[in-house]
Amino acid sequence: MQGQVQPGVEDIEIQLLLEALYQRYHYDFRHYARASIKRRLVQARGQLGFASFSAMQDHLLHDPATLPRLLNYLTVQVSEMFRDPGYFRALREKVIPHLRTYPSLKVWVAGCSNGEELYSLSILFREEGLDQRTLFYATDINPNALQAAEAGIYPLDQIRKFTQNHQQSGARSSLSDYYTADYGRAVFDKSLRSQVVFSDHSLVTDAVFAEMHLISCRNVLIYFDRDLQDRALGLFRDSLARKGFLGLGSKESLRFSCHAPSFADFVREEKIYQRREP
Amino acid sequence: MTAQPIQAIAIGASAGAVQALLRILPALPVAYPLPVLIVVHVPPDRRNALVALFQSKCPLPVREAEDKEPIAAGTIYFAPSDYHLLVEADRSLALSWDEPVNHSRPAIDVLLQSAADAYGSALAGIVLTGANHDGAAGLAAVGEAGGIAIAQEPGEAQVATMPAAALAACPSARAMTLDDIILYLLTLATT
Repeated sequence: MQGQVQPGVEDIEIQLLLEALYQRYHYDFRHYARASIKRRLVQARGQLGFASFSAMQDHLLHDPATLPRLLNYLTVQVSEMFRDPGYFRALREKVIPHLRTYPSLKVWVAGCSNGEELYSLSILFREEGLDQRTLFYATDINPNALQAAEAGIYPLDQIRKFTQNHQQSGARSSLSDYYTADYGRAVFDKSLRSQVVFSDHSLVTDAVFAEMHLISCRNVLIYFDRDLQDRALGLFRDSLARKGFLGLGSKESLRFSCHAPSFADFVREEKIYQRREP
Repeated sequence: MTAQPIQAIAIGASAGAVQALLRILPALPVAYPLPVLIVVHVPPDRRNALVALFQSKCPLPVREAEDKEPIAAGTIYFAPSDYHLLVEADRSLALSWDEPVNHSRPAIDVLLQSAADAYGSALAGIVLTGANHDGAAGLAAVGEAGGIAIAQEPGEAQVATMPAAALAACPSARAMTLDDIILYLLTLATT
């Protein structure tokens, strides 16, 4: 592009570091939105005490213990339960009535991170009486995040915000029904994950694994470049049952994607889409 | 290195932002050629009312920034509330929900640092009134990349803390009044 700035030494180092991460460990961040990846890598470099990205690459290639430490910077996303209550309210009021017509349901939380969204959906489905017929898939590429999601333990000081969000989502119960407080932590009821499959899955490199009625993937695609977004959205399209639903983050949209024609707006303002007839 | 013409303007403002921006943005005429990217600190649960406010006051189109959107000439973009706004190397916009920086999301540092990466010496970065230190590291990045770094004259700012911190962090930054900032931005249209 005309006038574009020549890549600096750091940008070259980042490109090489991501290439090393991919070739050595098959974690592929090469098509993540680069400006955010750079910020996270700068943070990792400072906090892990490396003088340069090249030094970080050297450690990464020769010492596998560096991998999980770096992955936490590159992937872990702090979230909230029932973040954007309007989204969960729209699921409850507009999507659930359709899902009720199915004898069994599959729901995929793609990029589940520490599990806040998974537990939100699990609680919502229980409140709506659909939990017994629903199988949830919670996937992420970061094993630490999957472990945290499976544990379902959150700092107690977040519960106030979670509770407020839950109420605003049209709650039919109290959030306190689902956790016990213990030494500054809220431990969520294990029955909420009795119908959950936790699994390592990459939207970058892995394929379709089941036919879904609802896919919820929020604030994951904004971290991908446009090519990678298209790959992930193609994967969602191919994973959805006829007339299945896709929920994205409030600032994500299909507008710039080649897969837009495969989806119809279902609740436009909450970024909930429905798979069109193939 | 010869200075290249400025190709984009990035502005950060906090307490007192609306009054200051109401002076600057309506002064940019129709067909002003440069994009203007703006981060204002607003409470996360407030829907972004800035776009509607400035749309009614500005000759230039005013929009909320969208993820992956190519940056258009002569357009004013505001960061949406509760998301960081960044610029990619191909000069498209990017949003992120990474943790707050300087207790803020959107953060001025995040915009200015990524815009300095993307535009290098072709960026004018401006830090206006505010009661914290966000934007100081960002303005320093603008200066280090060879861009034009400007902070509002602290004596004139509604709250001096933020522009004063930016001036302290960025040796090449100049302190300018709002009137001078407007004049400077208008001269960019003619070069």
